[in-house]
Amino acid sequence: MEDAVAAARAGVPRLDLRRIRKVYPTVIANDGIDLAVAPGEIHAVLGENGAGKSTLMKIIYGVTQRTGGEMYWEGEPVEPENPAHARSLGIGMVFQHFALFETLTVAENVALALPGHPGLRELARRIETMSARYGLPVDPRRLVHALSVGERQRVEIIRCLLQHPKLLIMDEPTSVLTPQAVAKLFETLRRIAAEGCSILYISHKLDEIQELCHAATVLRAGRVTGTFTPSRETPQSMARMMIGKDLPAYERGAALAGGEPRLRLLGLSQASDDPFGTNLEDLRLSVCAGEVVGIAGVSGNGQRELLRMISGERMIEDAAQVEICGIPAGRLAPGRRRRLGMCFVPEERLGRGAVPQMSLIENALLTAARTMRLVRRGLIDFAAARRFAAACVARFGVKASGPGVAAQSLSGGNLQKFIMGREIMQEPKLLVVAQPTWGVDVGAAAFIRQSIIDLRSRGCAVVVISEELDELFEVCDRIAVIAAGRLSPAKPASSTDVEEIGVWMSGMWPDAAAGAAEMRNAA
Amino acid sequence: MTFAMDASLVTPIVSASIVAGTPLVIAALGELVTEKSGVLNLGVEGMMAIGAVTGFVAAQHSGSTIIGVLAAMVAGAASALAFAILVLDLTANQVASGLALAIFGVGLAAFAGKPYESVVLPPVRALPIPLLADIPLLGPALFDQQWLVYFSWALCAGVAWFLYRSRAGLVLRAVGESPASAHAVGYRVIRIRYFATMFGGAMAGIAGAFLSLFYTPMWSEGLVAGRGWIALALVVFGTWRPLRVLVGAYLFGGVLIAQLFVQGSGLPLEIPPQLLSSLPYIATVAVLVIISRNPNTIRLNSPVSLGQPYRPDA
Repeated sequence: MEDAVAAARAGVPRLDLRRIRKVYPTVIANDGIDLAVAPGEIHAVLGENGAGKSTLMKIIYGVTQRTGGEMYWEGEPVEPENPAHARSLGIGMVFQHFALFETLTVAENVALALPGHPGLRELARRIETMSARYGLPVDPRRLVHALSVGERQRVEIIRCLLQHPKLLIMDEPTSVLTPQAVAKLFETLRRIAAEGCSILYISHKLDEIQELCHAATVLRAGRVTGTFTPSRETPQSMARMMIGKDLPAYERGAALAGGEPRLRLLGLSQASDDPFGTNLEDLRLSVCAGEVVGIAGVSGNGQRELLRMISGERMIEDAAQVEICGIPAGRLAPGRRRRLGMCFVPEERLGRGAVPQMSLIENALLTAARTMRLVRRGLIDFAAARRFAAACVARFGVKASGPGVAAQSLSGGNLQKFIMGREIMQEPKLLVVAQPTWGVDVGAAAFIRQSIIDLRSRGCAVVVISEELDELFEVCDRIAVIAAGRLSPAKPASSTDVEEIGVWMSGMWPDAAAGAAEMRNAA
Repeated sequence: MTFAMDASLVTPIVSASIVAGTPLVIAALGELVTEKSGVLNLGVEGMMAIGAVTGFVAAQHSGSTIIGVLAAMVAGAASALAFAILVLDLTANQVASGLALAIFGVGLAAFAGKPYESVVLPPVRALPIPLLADIPLLGPALFDQQWLVYFSWALCAGVAWFLYRSRAGLVLRAVGESPASAHAVGYRVIRIRYFATMFGGAMAGIAGAFLSLFYTPMWSEGLVAGRGWIALALVVFGTWRPLRVLVGAYLFGGVLIAQLFVQGSGLPLEIPPQLLSSLPYIATVAVLVIISRNPNTIRLNSPVSLGQPYRPDA
């Protein structure tokens, strides 16, 4: 700690990046980025997806090498060759998609990242000490696959802290946490920073940055578009720096009253066929024409299983437990369910939402062949399919050179726009969407949300499963919460708030007491 | 079984079963380590053939079995190295490259072994372990064996200890589960996979030498006779657990020997011999599937990245 203080006194930044450049064969990910972080400073790096944040962090952590520019560590020029080298300098990183090994225990996972050869028993003691000191409870003997997402993140953080880092990189750490867990994480981060460790905090959530960070650097399209002190800005002014324009406001009419139920879950219970999956227990929900119902929850609480049972990917034993447009559909195949008027956007875009190697035209055919009459007398009407795909690309602003390109050549956000467009343009009676704007930039996300609201105003019933609470509050008329395979009652969005839904996300809604005892801590 | 099992038959049957299972144990344990690192090497059959012929030639010229075994080990590791360069550095398809190695190895061994066809070496003498070999019935069956049999037991214990007790084994399992994470944590995924692949090749080579120097001390084309493929299957059906692989290999050897006894006993059985010959395969797969059917065991033990090429991005 003393040398950190000395460095701070001398005014030498812990990390100083000058004109960092990273060129990939097809894109320039970083184009002359300057960034300086002082000891003990929590520095935000914000920007939309694809702005170059993750690439920059990978360069600092030695996962990838820069094409140009200079990097100074406590005043000395450095060249991190690989993560081990970066760690030996005192740089730790908590990844957005955790770099943990699921089949190993917590202690084994930590042991893999530590230099030297600490014995597992000795290590377990150190993990316990560290978790007590920073309020990060986790049992070193448990297997990682059995941990909740929040617990996995704690493992990652402890793994970094055990190496006494001088700089901790956090890549969108809150995207998987409940609001309460976010508050706890912030306390921990403040304590770490107060001890002299610098933190690079990557996020696109403006309120968090304002609450936590001392300084911020904004990236757009690989360049720095601004540096500022978050406490002196408003969310609007930060958004403008991030996307270059003001955020659009949503237009929504009142929900249509008295629509007939389009999707009903009548006590849906099913054991998961995945040993690490979640068993669903007595799910009850009714979604009517003309309303959007949101299902909130931290991922891994049964969303995947529920989606598969609604889509028809997984049959359920009792057909009556899922009813689509008034017809018991539990034992109908996905195609039959679509014929009843349901459209569906799965969580995984490649592999479930689209066939990676096929063109957008062929991918459009896969779900819209019947509804958009793209097949005549058993033969594909390629002209019509091309028109439909092109219309979808144009209307949803998909950045693709044309409808003939392979789905896998699109970036995640663009493919998401295409898949959302493909389903929305079929004008379904019931639309079930998982993570509608996952990885989509702020402007396009607003368009997708508005499209969902418009669709519902035209009389469609919509179910949105999302981890983003802000998003749910923007589009939904009612919100339910899924936790540990159980579903809360759906509450009108106007009569609840983020705090209440956050509490529910850890499984504690009224009447949930029955199963609460064995419910695992979702935080 | 319709014929009475004579007690005097127990010792030779158990003993022969162990001998028949030993090359499978050695080859399968090597492949297990390779696969645990995430590399699928389907070329075991070819590496065994190369090991068998190299071991035989070396032993014949040097007059030393040990030199034969060492030469087989080096030859097996060298063929695995060629495979590793293809799939690890050049990220060739592992399945296609492995099949190519299997076919190439068998062909090369047949070609190189042509001059040694029907040459016979003196058999390797059994090495009874004092005291243990005097236990009635099972003593001579288990502890009056050739030394490579004892080596296979040590190998099983060693592999189990390495994978689940040592740090290097932990790293190996981590690489096999998620090479990207292992790289991010700072391990040299490619190098670790090289070592694991070459270890697998070395063991396949020794297994081949067991066939040509210990089992039938002679060289003939087609000596390996599909044992490499059985070893591959044992790894999968034994859910990548060393002890289960050992059990599976002996089960295979046991049924193989038992059905030979039945066929040779001249009993008036109505069962077609083809069906009897297929029994070891069916029985081994059936038993291993039953003991390994728990999906949790499979998920916890199978290397997630098996067969997927990995290159750290530059």
